Amino acid sequence: MRLKSSSVTETEKIGAALGALAFAGMVVVLSGELGAGKTAFSRGVARGLGVRGPVTSPTFTLINEYTGRLPLYHFDVYRLNDPVELADLGYEEYLEDEGVCLIEWGDLVQEWLPKEHLKVQLKGQGDTRTLTFTAQGQRYEKLIKELKARVDSGPGDSHARS
Amino acid sequence: MQGTEIILGIETSCDETSAAVVQGGRKILANVISSQVDLHAEYGGVVPELASRRHVELITPVVRAALREADLSFSDINAVAVTCGPGLVGALLVGLSYAKGVALARGLPLLGVHHTAAHIYANLLATPDLEPPFLSLVVSGGHTSLVLMRDHGAYELLGRTVDDAAGEALDKVARALGLGYPGGPAIEKLARSGDPEALQLPRAVVRDHPLDFSFSGVKTAVLNHLNRMRQRGEEVNKADVAASLQRAVVDALTERALAAARSTGSKKIALAGGVAANRELRTRLKEQAACKGIEVIVPPAILCTDNAAMVACAGYYYLKRGFTAPYTLNAVANLPL
Repeated sequence: MRLKSSSVTETEKIGAALGALAFAGMVVVLSGELGAGKTAFSRGVARGLGVRGPVTSPTFTLINEYTGRLPLYHFDVYRLNDPVELADLGYEEYLEDEGVCLIEWGDLVQEWLPKEHLKVQLKGQGDTRTLTFTAQGQRYEKLIKELKARVDSGPGDSHARS
Repeated sequence: MQGTEIILGIETSCDETSAAVVQGGRKILANVISSQVDLHAEYGGVVPELASRRHVELITPVVRAALREADLSFSDINAVAVTCGPGLVGALLVGLSYAKGVALARGLPLLGVHHTAAHIYANLLATPDLEPPFLSLVVSGGHTSLVLMRDHGAYELLGRTVDDAAGEALDKVARALGLGYPGGPAIEKLARSGDPEALQLPRAVVRDHPLDFSFSGVKTAVLNHLNRMRQRGEEVNKADVAASLQRAVVDALTERALAAARSTGSKKIALAGGVAANRELRTRLKEQAACKGIEVIVPPAILCTDNAAMVACAGYYYLKRGFTAPYTLNAVANLPL
C-alpha cells in the first residue's frame, strides 16, 4: 500500500494512525534516506500510542524507550558495524517484550528481524514523500488494511501534537 | 570548606566505559576512558567497537586502571557515583551493577547521577570557583539541552531538542558529504574555508516553546540542496555547505542560550557535551555573551566527552547533600532530569 505525504506534519499523522492501531509485539522496519522522515514518522507512531514529550532521533543513543498505551522501543541500527552487535544490545529482549518496536535502517539487519513485521519505506524529494507499506505475515496484512481505512476516513481522528 | 572525600565515578551510558577517582569534588586523581587508553594488553584481545556487552568486558580493567592511576585501592574510596540514566539500559546496567557491587561489598554510599547533570558538573572540575546557580548548554551527538542549575542536584530543564541533537545534524550532513563518522569535527575543519552565508538555511523555532531546539529541518534542507545539485549535475561546494550548516546550528544554540540567560537573569553560561569543543560555537557564544556582560565557561575537550570524572564530581556534591541512592537504584533509559 502506498500513501502520499506533502509535509512532515502529514508524515507524522500517518504514523499516528499506525500508532493508534498498534498491537503488543508489533515490529515496524523503517527505511529511507537521511532526512526522508523516519524519525518524524516514528514521532507520529509515538503520538498515536499516547506518548507525550519530545520523540527524538535514536541515531546516537541507538535505542530510545517511551511509555505510552504500550511501551515503545525506537531503534536506529545505522551506527552498528555488524548486525551481531544487535545481540549485544539485548535486541531480542525488546522484540520479545509486549511493546512496539520501530527500527530505523532495519533493512541493514534483515536476517535478524522476526519473520512477521511491517516494512515502511519513505521516498521522495522536497517536501513530498511516498510511504510504501509492505506486510510480512497475515497479521500485518490486516494491519495495513485497517491503516488504509483509517487514513482514508480523513483527518480528525489522530492529533499528533505534543 | 572543601572536603576530602574520594569518590569513584563510573559511566557506561553509551559507547564509553569510563571510571574516575575524584577527591573533594574538584581534584581529578584519575579519569580513564576506554576509547582513549590502550586496554588491549589488559583485556587480552581486540576491544569490540560498539556493544553493550563490551562494557562488561571493560568495566573491571577500566576501574582497575583508574585506581592504579590514582595510586589508591578500594579501601581508600568513600563513595561510589554512577550514571543511572538516560542511556541504553543494557549499557547502564553494567556500570550500575558494578557500582552497587563495590558499594555493597565495601558498605559505601551509592550516588545515582543523571547523564546530563554529569556533563554540567564537568564545568565544576574545570573551573574551581564555579558554584551554582548558573545556566548550562549541553550539546552533544545525543543531547541538546538548556538547563538552569539552581543548586547541587536541582535542575530546571528550560529547553531541549524536539528531534535531532545538534551534534547529530552535523554528523548526518557530514555523512552525506562523505566526511565519515563522527562528522562534527570534520564539518568544523571544512567550514573554516567556506562561506557561512552561501546557503540560506532555515532557523527553526518550536511553536510555544521558544527555548526548544529543532535541527531536523536544517539537516533536511541541506540534504535537499545536495540532492538538487546532484540532479543538476552541479558541483557541490562542500566547504560552503559545512560553513552554512555550522552557522545555522551555532546561531540557534547561541540565540537560545542568550535568551535563556535573559529570562533567568543568569550571568554565567557553562558549555558541556562533545559539541562544546566546537570553536565556532565557543567563539560566537563568548562574543555575543560578552556584549551582555555574561561569562561563558568551557571545559577542556576531555571533560566534554562522556567520562566518569564528571560523574564522580556530581557524586561528591550529592554525598555532601545527603542525596544517596538505595542499593535498589535502577537504570532508567529515559530518565528525566
